[in-house]
Amino acid sequence: MTARPRPAAVVRLDLSGLGFDQGAHLLLRRALEEAAPDRQVAVWGTHPALLYQLTVWCRREGHLVTPAPPDQAPLCAHVTPGAHVTTRWEGADRAGSAGPGGAVRRPPLHWGLAARGALVEEGGPEVYFAVADRDTAWTDLAPRLYRQATAAQWDPDTAVPWDAPFSLPDGIERAVVQVMTFLVENEQAALVVPGRLLAQVHPHFREVLQLLAVQAADEARHVEVFTRRALLRGGEMGTSSVGGRASLATLLREPDFSIASFLLSVLGEGSFLNLLAFLERYAPDPVTRRITHLVRQDEARHVAFGLGHLEHRSTVDPPLRGRLRAAVERRHEVLVHTAGLNTDVFDALVLLAAGSWSPTAIERGWRAVQRLRADMDEGRRHRLSRLGFTDDEAADLSQLHTRNFM
Amino acid sequence: MNPLVFGAVAYDPKVVTIWSGFRSWLRARQLAFDFVLYAHYERQAEDLVGGRIDVAWHSPLAWVRTRRLARAAGVDVRPLVMRDTDQDLTSVIVVRADSSAAVVGDLKDKTVAVGAIDSPQATLIPLHHLRELGVDADAGLRVVRHDTGVGMHGDHIGGEREGARALLAGRVEATCMTDTNHLAFAQDGTFPPGSTRVLTRTAPYDHCVLAAGPTLTAGAGQQLTALLLSMSYADPELRHLLDLEGLTRWVPARETGFAQLTDAVDATGFYDPDGRVTAVGYRP
Ligand SMILES: [Fe+2]
Ligand SMILES: [Fe+2]
Repeated sequence: MTARPRPAAVVRLDLSGLGFDQGAHLLLRRALEEAAPDRQVAVWGTHPALLYQLTVWCRREGHLVTPAPPDQAPLCAHVTPGAHVTTRWEGADRAGSAGPGGAVRRPPLHWGLAARGALVEEGGPEVYFAVADRDTAWTDLAPRLYRQATAAQWDPDTAVPWDAPFSLPDGIERAVVQVMTFLVENEQAALVVPGRLLAQVHPHFREVLQLLAVQAADEARHVEVFTRRALLRGGEMGTSSVGGRASLATLLREPDFSIASFLLSVLGEGSFLNLLAFLERYAPDPVTRRITHLVRQDEARHVAFGLGHLEHRSTVDPPLRGRLRAAVERRHEVLVHTAGLNTDVFDALVLLAAGSWSPTAIERGWRAVQRLRADMDEGRRHRLSRLGFTDDEAADLSQLHTRNFM
Repeated sequence: MNPLVFGAVAYDPKVVTIWSGFRSWLRARQLAFDFVLYAHYERQAEDLVGGRIDVAWHSPLAWVRTRRLARAAGVDVRPLVMRDTDQDLTSVIVVRADSSAAVVGDLKDKTVAVGAIDSPQATLIPLHHLRELGVDADAGLRVVRHDTGVGMHGDHIGGEREGARALLAGRVEATCMTDTNHLAFAQDGTFPPGSTRVLTRTAPYDHCVLAAGPTLTAGAGQQLTALLLSMSYADPELRHLLDLEGLTRWVPARETGFAQLTDAVDATGFYDPDGRVTAVGYRP
């Protein structure tokens, strides 16, 4: 049987020619941590001012220096670590663990911005985050959706054939510009809302923050490409109606994380999936076709995150459904006396689907827009039933959704 | 029971953080404790001896004056605790590594930078040290003062930093500072590695003391002392306050570390034996 090697009685530190004006304290601090609580560090070195610097540094840091007799050089001194070397980390705890499944249920507020899995020194300021509960913030989908989202980023400059030759009759070009103006307004709402939600979430749930950040970056790109298409032929932007802005303003006013993401992602962006598919199908030019295609792919992820988040929430918190329902009703009441969708936008959609001003074409376009509304309604009912609403409830709520689409 | 009233000089905004934090900690332990802040140490020393405050966080110079004022007034004052980091400091007189000065005597007819007029560590003690070694105005020594925070007894590090810059710029042959700041300037890059050399170093001395005035009762003094000595770096509520105040623990005060400063005060006539301010050009 062999005895386990006992740690040496002193920790030996050879600084060679290194001084405390060149980083020697990094090595000494490391040696003191190894030696604490009950051993000493024997410091060796040849820097001409070593004992002076060592004494000053140790006094400032609360360690005791015992100089060695000069005839023992280059042994300089023995350092006894102060008690605080070990006590600093006594009450520290691990902030969960770093991996995807490592979030704790309720991260304490004093963990603040600490990396998940870090060893967090006890104390410090409490940083308030409204969403500090795993069931409110967390969706198991976040890490996967974040990876997909970062992999699917596209460069507006190269992903869109901006120089493709085409020419449109005036009326059609104006209709495209009007729809683009409407889209930019909605994308700006979709940019501001996740930005606000992000700031509410405890950074312990970092995947949720990351996903919301990429979502905001998506929206920034959407704002860019729709603006760029609107200006492509040198015209002016179209109109912005009171009804449209009133509808979007209600989204900005919603303070609750889950409700805001329900109204924006599940109902609003969900309806936009149909709108973007419609625009891709009836796009009169290759640029419009391409950008509506690219944006639709991004929006599908946004809807998936909102839906995944709320599915998770409504299983752990069944009364949530009642609150979601009330939020839709409240928003409907606020908006009931507004005009809903900008008529310029509606007319533009009809004309795009018609392709020309001839009465038969307009009739065809009119029917296409009616079908779009029916598709949106069906999509909303489908997503509402995934959240556990009965078919009747889903049909009611879908009807109450804003006529502005978002 | 009336709270004991503690005084500190507001040489930096962190003073509020530190003493507000200590105050709530002490009050949570049944010590009624209030504090007031002073713009300079002279009024704080007068108020401590005059009984307008009970305890003061004193610079070493304020402590020297407090002793004199108390003796003249026939009242009792006593030191309670100190920071562990405030015992056995030294001041250094630093030259550039390439300076032709090899020994202290080489500073004759040269210019030396010091801190503020009332700085024990960067002016009074190092100049006294040079005087003892035969280097003073009579020997042609010229002194360039850096009067930052006059009345704060050198607590403001600005004077020492300006002296360091003057040294690097070649405007002075030598400059004075605490050994701690010499190392700190090396570590924060003010002094590039190997750019300076210590020409001479004073004997060790002590720095700040927490001083009790005549109005502090023995019981309150014991309670305050015991609580301060019990402050532990392991307590997360205290740790950042101790870091800010620059100590790892409080230690019982001693009076053995003020001899050099007392000699310097007498030699320059900074205060008279009764504690009156007699320094020429000192207007805190
Ligand atoms: Fe978007
Ligand atoms: Fe979106």
